[in-house]
Amino acid sequence: MANKDSVKGTLLVALVLCIVCSVVVSTAAVVLKPKQEANAALDRKRNVLMAGGLIDADQRNAKAIEEAFEAVTIKYVDLSTGKFTDEAPAGGSGRAAAKIPDASGKLPAEEDTARIIRRENTKEVYLVEKNGELQRIILPVRGSGLWGQMYGFLALENDLKTVAGLGFYEHKETPGLGGEVDNPRWKAQWEGKQVFNAEGDVDIHVIKGSVDPSGANAVHQVDGLSGATLTSRGVNNLINFWLGSQGFGPFLKNLKAGEA
Amino acid sequence: MSMKLKDTLLEPIFNNNPIALQILGICSALAVTSSLAVTLVMCIALTTVTAFSNMSVSLIRKQIPNSIRIIVQMTVIASLVIVVDQILKAYAFDISKQLSVFVGLIITNCIVMGRAEAFAMKHGPKDSFLDGIGNGLGYSFILICLAVIRELFGAGKLFGLEILNTVNNGGWYVPNGLLLLPPSAFFLIGLIIWAIRTWKPGQVEEQEFTIAPNSKMPVAQQEA
Repeated sequence: MANKDSVKGTLLVALVLCIVCSVVVSTAAVVLKPKQEANAALDRKRNVLMAGGLIDADQRNAKAIEEAFEAVTIKYVDLSTGKFTDEAPAGGSGRAAAKIPDASGKLPAEEDTARIIRRENTKEVYLVEKNGELQRIILPVRGSGLWGQMYGFLALENDLKTVAGLGFYEHKETPGLGGEVDNPRWKAQWEGKQVFNAEGDVDIHVIKGSVDPSGANAVHQVDGLSGATLTSRGVNNLINFWLGSQGFGPFLKNLKAGEA
Repeated sequence: MSMKLKDTLLEPIFNNNPIALQILGICSALAVTSSLAVTLVMCIALTTVTAFSNMSVSLIRKQIPNSIRIIVQMTVIASLVIVVDQILKAYAFDISKQLSVFVGLIITNCIVMGRAEAFAMKHGPKDSFLDGIGNGLGYSFILICLAVIRELFGAGKLFGLEILNTVNNGGWYVPNGLLLLPPSAFFLIGLIIWAIRTWKPGQVEEQEFTIAPNSKMPVAQQEA
């Protein structure tokens, strides 16, 4: 071989190294891809089921998750009309859809209370049915917390106004402070809360401090997380956004009237 | 195992610790140590990467042209880190989600690069591999200490299991929120370095300069 420090030698070593490294990296990526995609899909199913209260929080068995998921029907909702659509969202059910110009729209700043910037036009919803009757509906929600977007699911009972569960499957909040959104005790508080008031407007708030259980509004309020004002506010905003007119509000009204 | 190989492996734990003596790899030590489970995976990932990058760099050390040696090391390290990241995503999905960007940041971890340049370029593959494992263990030792303290007193938990019953869960322990924030790791690393250097005074660095005492101003300036 030519002297390794000559220009020719240097270029040769660089070329060989690049080829060897790229082969190693791309082999790993291609070989492991099916396994990774299966993991991501299973993880999503698990989170849907957890928010809907259909499995235990520590259930990680792939078979059990697949079995439990058979009770769930996936449907797509056009958020602008608030009706079911047969068209699967472009870019899939993940977050990629919000980045595709045709499949999403930029929200005006004053409407964007959850600070998501772009909202996809079509969203996946998960219906839990028994003998053709709706038991629960699980809605994907997202919005900004303190450090980044929080992604989760909100499950409603079949009256479409009582919370059956709330869970975030991805967030970047500070462990121990904002990260307490994963605390089972805090999440349990959401169960049974009413998200709409008598007039049908969104009425659910994460408040600072503890909820006074004897207060008239207790059923519309949830304790804030101590030491995590911005995370609590983020959760409050994103729930209000996705239940509101820019989110699933019109769809839930239609569904209730049997017109979805 | 011969004495020399044993030294290569064990020296970096106390005597030549990458964090406490070489002061390398501090940034990931601040970032990942708020939970013990995540820390352990990070330690395993870093030890693996350091060992194999050291070995690979050492294997090709005679072929590496001097003018591009840093970028060659970088390429080897980056490739290994991507492979580790892919494997974690496939076989330890939950943990790879928690580690998120930090696995990728192993590429910029000074320990990996530092050992490749300082040790692997001058030694054989076997020694270099052990040196990588040893430095990984030294890094792990400090990180595990930090994570135990931070998770136990910051969240009342170890491995996510409740040890001290916190107020949030109806118990008595008021967690120290500062310990969950990255700066606390700085204080703890400082205390660990102090402890190690008190135990082994040989590690105290010689002063590079002495601070000159305040001098009286020259008479001419006083009058001006």
